[in-house]
Amino acid sequence: MKYKYVKQKSMNRYSRHIILTEVGQEGQNKLLQAKVLVVGAGGLGCPVLQYLAAAGIGTLGIIDYDSVEESNLQRQVLFGTSSLGKNKAVAARERLQDLNSTITIEDFPEQLTHKNATQLFEQYDFIVDGTDNFSTRYLINDAAVLTNKPIVYGAIYKFEGQVSIFNYNNGPSYRCLFPIPPKDGSITNCSEVGVLGVLPGIIGTMMANEVIKMILGFEHVLSGKLLCYNSKTAALSTIKINRKQEEFEKVLAQPDLLSAYSNESCSVNVEEISEENLAVLTNIQFIDVRELHEQPKLQLHNCIRIPLNMIKENIYQINSNKTIVLFCQSGIRSKKAVALLMQNGFKKSYSFKGGILPLLNALKTKTT
Amino acid sequence: MLLNIKYFGLIAELTQCSEESLEISGATIRELRAFLFEKYPELKNKDFQIAQNREIVSEESRISSGEIALLPPFSGG
Repeated sequence: MKYKYVKQKSMNRYSRHIILTEVGQEGQNKLLQAKVLVVGAGGLGCPVLQYLAAAGIGTLGIIDYDSVEESNLQRQVLFGTSSLGKNKAVAARERLQDLNSTITIEDFPEQLTHKNATQLFEQYDFIVDGTDNFSTRYLINDAAVLTNKPIVYGAIYKFEGQVSIFNYNNGPSYRCLFPIPPKDGSITNCSEVGVLGVLPGIIGTMMANEVIKMILGFEHVLSGKLLCYNSKTAALSTIKINRKQEEFEKVLAQPDLLSAYSNESCSVNVEEISEENLAVLTNIQFIDVRELHEQPKLQLHNCIRIPLNMIKENIYQINSNKTIVLFCQSGIRSKKAVALLMQNGFKKSYSFKGGILPLLNALKTKTT
Repeated sequence: MLLNIKYFGLIAELTQCSEESLEISGATIRELRAFLFEKYPELKNKDFQIAQNREIVSEESRISSGEIALLPPFSGG
């Protein structure tokens, strides 16, 4: 009796789906039986999770090792101030369970790595890529190819977004579109360049739409097509992507994950200097590796500005006898810059941890 | 050949426009890439794919009339 009540109640929940002839009770049952893993509960992951939970996806997995920060709340609207400091996967599960208590939600407060990816992917039917860095995107691609799972992909840059489906019904993979991981430092992420909060909302909602269409077996899904959206101009275009068999074979030929090797360039041992121990360094040359328009500026006689992508051409400007301290907005680009200098023979170079704001603090305490 | 070229993401920031018409010399996508590197040297450091008439094409593809798009990968999420 109780089960019947719950079932009827939940069917009322989905009544607007069920009255659509394209969905019906049969379609809703497919959604209730589906298992979807969302990698990254950030700008894209949040709207994906909200709509998938509300739509009644039977099992939702969430993997994210990061915790909720105040600067996330401008776009990650699943979270509130009470979530600050909590792990994102856990905070998302708590909120979503309230949104829909009739589905199963599994949280994984850990990083997706080449060690856990394939094992985790095996447990789900569809993978959603809502991550914010290339190494995880290639890892997701390769693990999905190895486990034969379709990926719903979304990515953003300032006012633009891309959406596609990879590895579905003999369609292309992410590597068919972008075969080689980008050069270090050639592309920046949201924390460094900024993003209008509503953009990941739009792109994430499109991703959720594609997940649901695949589960329902709709014909016109974004497999083999890259949707490009510009929120400033409202321009929308779709680009055809062809499958390249060699990009699949490259991945399948590896007993371990290909991406575990291709990320080696990121693992140079970069030394960081923090707010507390800046005072121990002498003979410092500061280098601001941000783009020239980025604020606040550091007005010091021993500070020069060389944007990260110009370092190679301007390396002659850097005096290797000095202690080089590189900084940027958040401490990510400066790490890449240190790796670049190390490859070019610089020994005493450090990345300032946390970026410009803690650096200004450190300098204030140093002079007072 | 006069081609309409569209730029996306940070490529559009480098070229300082999202679209332009250019008189191109060269017969293949590889030659088009070289032509663009000459016009915009900063593109050399960037990763992007080229689409012709809304389809990703290889470096060996021949240029036909129509629309070209330069698509960089995005990492943000």
